[in-house]
Amino acid sequence: MRDSLNAIFRRDLALAYRQRSELMQPMMFFILVISLFPLGIGPNPEILQKVGPGVIWVAAILSSLLGMERLFKDDFNDGSLEQIMLSATPLPMVVLVKVFAHWLTSIVPLLILSPLLALFLNLTEDMYWALLCTLLLGTPLLSLVGAIAVGLTLGLNRGGVLLALLLLPVFIPLLIFATAAVEAASLQLPYNAQLAIIGAMLLISLAMAPFAIAYALRVSQN
Amino acid sequence: MWKWLHPYAKTQNAYELCRRLQPWFVITALITFVVGMVWGLAFAPADYQQGDSFRIIYIHVPSAILSMGAYSAMAIAAFIGLVWQVRTAFMAMIALAPIGAVVTFIALFTGAAWGKPMWGTWWVWDARLTSELILLFLYLGVISLYASFEDKHQAGKAAGVMAIVGVVNLPIIHFSVEWWNTLHQGASITKFDKPSVAPEMLWPLLISILGLALVMAAIFIRRLQNEILRRELNRPWVQTLVSTAREK
Repeated sequence: MRDSLNAIFRRDLALAYRQRSELMQPMMFFILVISLFPLGIGPNPEILQKVGPGVIWVAAILSSLLGMERLFKDDFNDGSLEQIMLSATPLPMVVLVKVFAHWLTSIVPLLILSPLLALFLNLTEDMYWALLCTLLLGTPLLSLVGAIAVGLTLGLNRGGVLLALLLLPVFIPLLIFATAAVEAASLQLPYNAQLAIIGAMLLISLAMAPFAIAYALRVSQN
Repeated sequence: MWKWLHPYAKTQNAYELCRRLQPWFVITALITFVVGMVWGLAFAPADYQQGDSFRIIYIHVPSAILSMGAYSAMAIAAFIGLVWQVRTAFMAMIALAPIGAVVTFIALFTGAAWGKPMWGTWWVWDARLTSELILLFLYLGVISLYASFEDKHQAGKAAGVMAIVGVVNLPIIHFSVEWWNTLHQGASITKFDKPSVAPEMLWPLLISILGLALVMAAIFIRRLQNEILRRELNRPWVQTLVSTAREK
């Protein structure tokens, strides 16, 4: 089992590496959305600092939605997903590995970009560290929960808007706790509690989401 | 109990049961709803602070409570459908979803109309308002996911998964927004100690809640019948039903 999971992991990484331009698009989108905000609400550094954490998180959620569809789409179209489902390797394990590979290739670049964006929005250093912690804990949660809806909308031709409609309400608690943590950091308050809650949500989704994703894929594959 | 419930997994039996229950639900719903509304809107004493404008409570509170009740009922139906592979449960789920969405909308609308004279604004980003709004989005998500599939059996399964994801999330959403911001008053009826509403206001309120629940149940039963007929159009029993109805 470990061999096949390993092979799937390396295959996904290789595929992602060969489609670099596609991976770049959510990153470009992330930067563009964030640079729209100073243009839209004015360059006042204090206001930017106030709205910064929320803006970065909203942009991160939107751009992760944009890249999410890639998660199973190609495998579904060329039939390799069906082969994976027929194989002896348990499907929840496989989807966990695939989601992790997807997170590494399409979300981690956003995290690497985040210092630049913190600079754009005039975040203090404390706020930046809090933001990075929430992004590190929160984005795997986005990928795991998002993959359920991706699995469900797989067979549909125009799943993109529907995906956003399904997922955005579900992501609201994460947005609230993440921005609350950064806000606490901006006031020099401890933000362990918010991080602990995000961590708890991540652990719950880590335990349950793989089974839901596997079921969703089975529904789509009929 | 399972033996007793099992026959109703068959759509024909479920249809028959609905047909027999329908008049009872319609009659009791009409009586309790009218009694609750007339008592609440015309005869209950006016609030010493809010005057007559508080009377919207007799629409607002029942719809707010039942919007959540309908969502849990929908999620339970989805769970039954997914676990025991009961097709009728998916039909029940999707028959219930639009009713719940409409009731959620009523709760939001009456809340806004009540907020204008009381808080001086139509909308505030208060915890309960926000979670009610998110509830509406969750309903719309389930409905639109169901609508985008051609194969309605597959659609039922997919929408069912989404309904359950929503129900796992609802308490988290509720507590997160509560923690985030609160202006709305606390719970008045569901508190475990003595309710903080005067009995002459509480009774019409309870009757209104029951009345709206029965109205929703009556509409649900009719919608479930329609859903069964639409999905089972090619079954012999539906064909005979249609042809006998046409002869009459």
